[in-house]
Amino acid sequence: MRKSPLVAFGAVAALAVVPLLVSNTYVLHMLVMVFLWVLLGQAWNLLGGYTGQVSYGHAAFFGVGAYTSAIMVKSGFSPAAAWWGLLAGGLLAALVGSVLGWICFRLRGPYFSLSILALSEVLRLVAVNWKDLTNGAEGILYIPAFNSKAAYYWIVLALAGVSYLTIRAVMRSKLGFYFLAIREDQDCAESLGIDTTKYKLYSLLISAFFTGVAGAFYMNYMGFIDPGIVFSLSDISIMMILVTMLGGAATMAGPAVGAVLYILMSEAFRVFLKSGHLLFFGILIIVIIIFFPQGIVGTLREKWAGRRLRAANATAPKAGA
Amino acid sequence: MSLLELRGVSKRFGGLQAVGNMTFKIERGEILGLIGPNGAGKTTIFNLINGYFPPTAGAIFFKGERIDGLKPFQVCRRGLARTFQVVKPLARLTVLENVMVSAFSKTNHRGEASRIALEAIAFTEMESWRDRLAGSLPLGMRKRLEMARALATKPDLLLLDENFAGLNPAEVEKTIAIVRKIHESGVTILIIEHNMRVIMSISQRLLCVCYGEKISEGSPAEVANDPRVVEAYLGVAHA
Amino acid sequence: MSPQVAGQIELLGQVLISGILLGGLYALIGLGMSLIMGVMKIINLAHGELMMVAMYATYWMFTLAKVDPYVSLVVVCPAMFLLGVAIQKFLITPVMNADSILPQNQVLLTVGIGLVLSNLALLFFSANYRSVPVSYASKTIYWDVKMGGQTISLSFSYPFLVAFAIAVVLGAALFVFLGMTDTGRMIRATSQDKRAASLMGINTQRITYITFGLGAALVGAAGALLDPVYYLYPQIGGPFTSKAFVITVLGGMGNIPGAVLGGLVLGLAESLGSVYISLGYKDAFGFIIFVLVLIFLPKGLLGKGRA
Repeated sequence: MRKSPLVAFGAVAALAVVPLLVSNTYVLHMLVMVFLWVLLGQAWNLLGGYTGQVSYGHAAFFGVGAYTSAIMVKSGFSPAAAWWGLLAGGLLAALVGSVLGWICFRLRGPYFSLSILALSEVLRLVAVNWKDLTNGAEGILYIPAFNSKAAYYWIVLALAGVSYLTIRAVMRSKLGFYFLAIREDQDCAESLGIDTTKYKLYSLLISAFFTGVAGAFYMNYMGFIDPGIVFSLSDISIMMILVTMLGGAATMAGPAVGAVLYILMSEAFRVFLKSGHLLFFGILIIVIIIFFPQGIVGTLREKWAGRRLRAANATAPKAGA
Repeated sequence: MSLLELRGVSKRFGGLQAVGNMTFKIERGEILGLIGPNGAGKTTIFNLINGYFPPTAGAIFFKGERIDGLKPFQVCRRGLARTFQVVKPLARLTVLENVMVSAFSKTNHRGEASRIALEAIAFTEMESWRDRLAGSLPLGMRKRLEMARALATKPDLLLLDENFAGLNPAEVEKTIAIVRKIHESGVTILIIEHNMRVIMSISQRLLCVCYGEKISEGSPAEVANDPRVVEAYLGVAHA
Repeated sequence: MSPQVAGQIELLGQVLISGILLGGLYALIGLGMSLIMGVMKIINLAHGELMMVAMYATYWMFTLAKVDPYVSLVVVCPAMFLLGVAIQKFLITPVMNADSILPQNQVLLTVGIGLVLSNLALLFFSANYRSVPVSYASKTIYWDVKMGGQTISLSFSYPFLVAFAIAVVLGAALFVFLGMTDTGRMIRATSQDKRAASLMGINTQRITYITFGLGAALVGAAGALLDPVYYLYPQIGGPFTSKAFVITVLGGMGNIPGAVLGGLVLGLAESLGSVYISLGYKDAFGFIIFVLVLIFLPKGLLGKGRA
């Protein structure tokens, strides 16, 4: 355990050198997308994997982050580089998260999932219809600040790194213990002195913040958004779940593994099957749930833990001894 | 001032009166046993005290303050902990992590939480199970984990809900010893138990409920010989 | 009465009529979802996609063999029943009791099934909007009402009227089936308490197959009935899945009469909202009602659903 911060630091340092060695813009673009999805997967995993609150509506926070940054640039509040936009996008997404959480956390289980889905769809409709603010379905377009992909690569790498370290620190603190307790048994958590509504909200706030930052980064990087892209149920909300599940929910490495595979597959499918590429993700969701419900990292860890457990059982004392 | 006092507490579920006009007190340092046939409303009384649901009528006082209407976590923080009859281990966490969760109600520091948790684990003699996943524990250990977790919240009053049910004789003896030890450390205890031998030997005072109402209260010997109690358990013919 | 007032009344009447007719179809969609939710305690997020499959089946039967959509119901409903049984048996049942860190795996599974269905349609049938050009597509029946010296003319779309009538018949048939037949009683028993039902000797596994099949057949019927009045395209399922869960929650989870009420309420809300408030936010009304009902009336409008 002690080694892991060093390993992570080394990994980030090694990754930071990549743009100096690779100049192929396509490869760099893929890497930018991978880290964007690492960021998104981490964010979803905190609420869904660690806290057990499965959200089908995280596109709401991605969209709010993206539009915040876009509107700030368009209205002259912030330069196109929009560093303020990243922070503001995250903060506004967290604010929206606190409102959605205040409403939806009255409900449990699938009813929470559906209510947050419903409200994220309402936000999408607002983005389509409030033309003065969002330019409606036509979307918002501007010229990205940097020509070089490398700049974006470093930014998104840093964001993914910060989110990783933050969530890791959270999960090692009191908050993390409380999140896990809420996931395992909400009634029990409550009777052990945990204000479950408050701590679910904390988890959602952190999760929404990073999702909003990711949305703002996406706007800055792509230079174009419309409501159908950033508030998309199938392309954002569901894919955030897929990335986490694929790698392994409630593991630190899971979202990263999931993001790499997701981007690779997404490119491959797009080449083979232009329009129906989501077909394979649908099949993938079914296959994961039936055969690898703990995801790749989770399954590997379980195998390893299983061995350890058997060893432990061999030496464990009898009950009551 | 009593540590805990129920004044005319009732709970209705639709047309069903689960608890009716329940009034009793627990003094600091006592062990009070709560007995009664299956379905008498014992666990409902715990759920009312613990804040799992509010009473339909009446008031509950803990350390002189009203606690009915508070949420379970607020009740817990005032120093009132409980165990569950149907055990609720946090299955994918280890024993140590389970107990640390409740220790965090007393501290924000991981190290301190771990220290409190280890103390509670030692107190309940679970050291050798410390790193096992709670979901993989045998029933006896799950029941003990319930106690360890409750202890780690450093309660003044502990509600034990059938912590002896399903244990083998050796485990029963061990658990009696642990409950006594908890009591000696200054914790007041309210205990639900079906095993008469256990409850007679542990409790200083007994309270018998039937159909949600108090039918007898007094020393273990008085209550055990109360004809109404015998009738409640065995039917009229034996009274 | 002034002509302006009469015009207002005419508009309101027209809005109410189209709301109720649409609501009848919504009720059919909601009935299927509510059955599944009652028995399996899961939310079928592929419900709208199942409807899309039935719409395409009806479309191709009309295009290739000139089979009238109402006639094709006879084929579409049994076929959808089998598809539903297969989905339940081979996909959902295996993960019902699987251990996983993420709760509600079965719900996610239905999301995957929905994605597969809609993208298969996209692959095979392209993203083009299609419609079934039946001869009576725009046939309308008028009803003139004399009121305060003015004539108020109300129109009824013929295909909507037929669809509504068939929906009523199917709904009634479902009630008879659930109330009078052994299988129907077993479904209701399983819905109330699965464990007790299985202790009474009911093969609850088989009941879940039948229930999912019935749910698919009902939403399939709704799809076939929608064909003459609606466009179809591969992504049409999503919005209808949302409508289905809105309806179910309005009616109270697993509450069959509630689903009918929920369908009518949603039909009216959309119809009134799009005329009197804003067309752009038409779909938002359902969602907002949904969240409000979940929070303030968690047992549904009739107060008899999930506790």
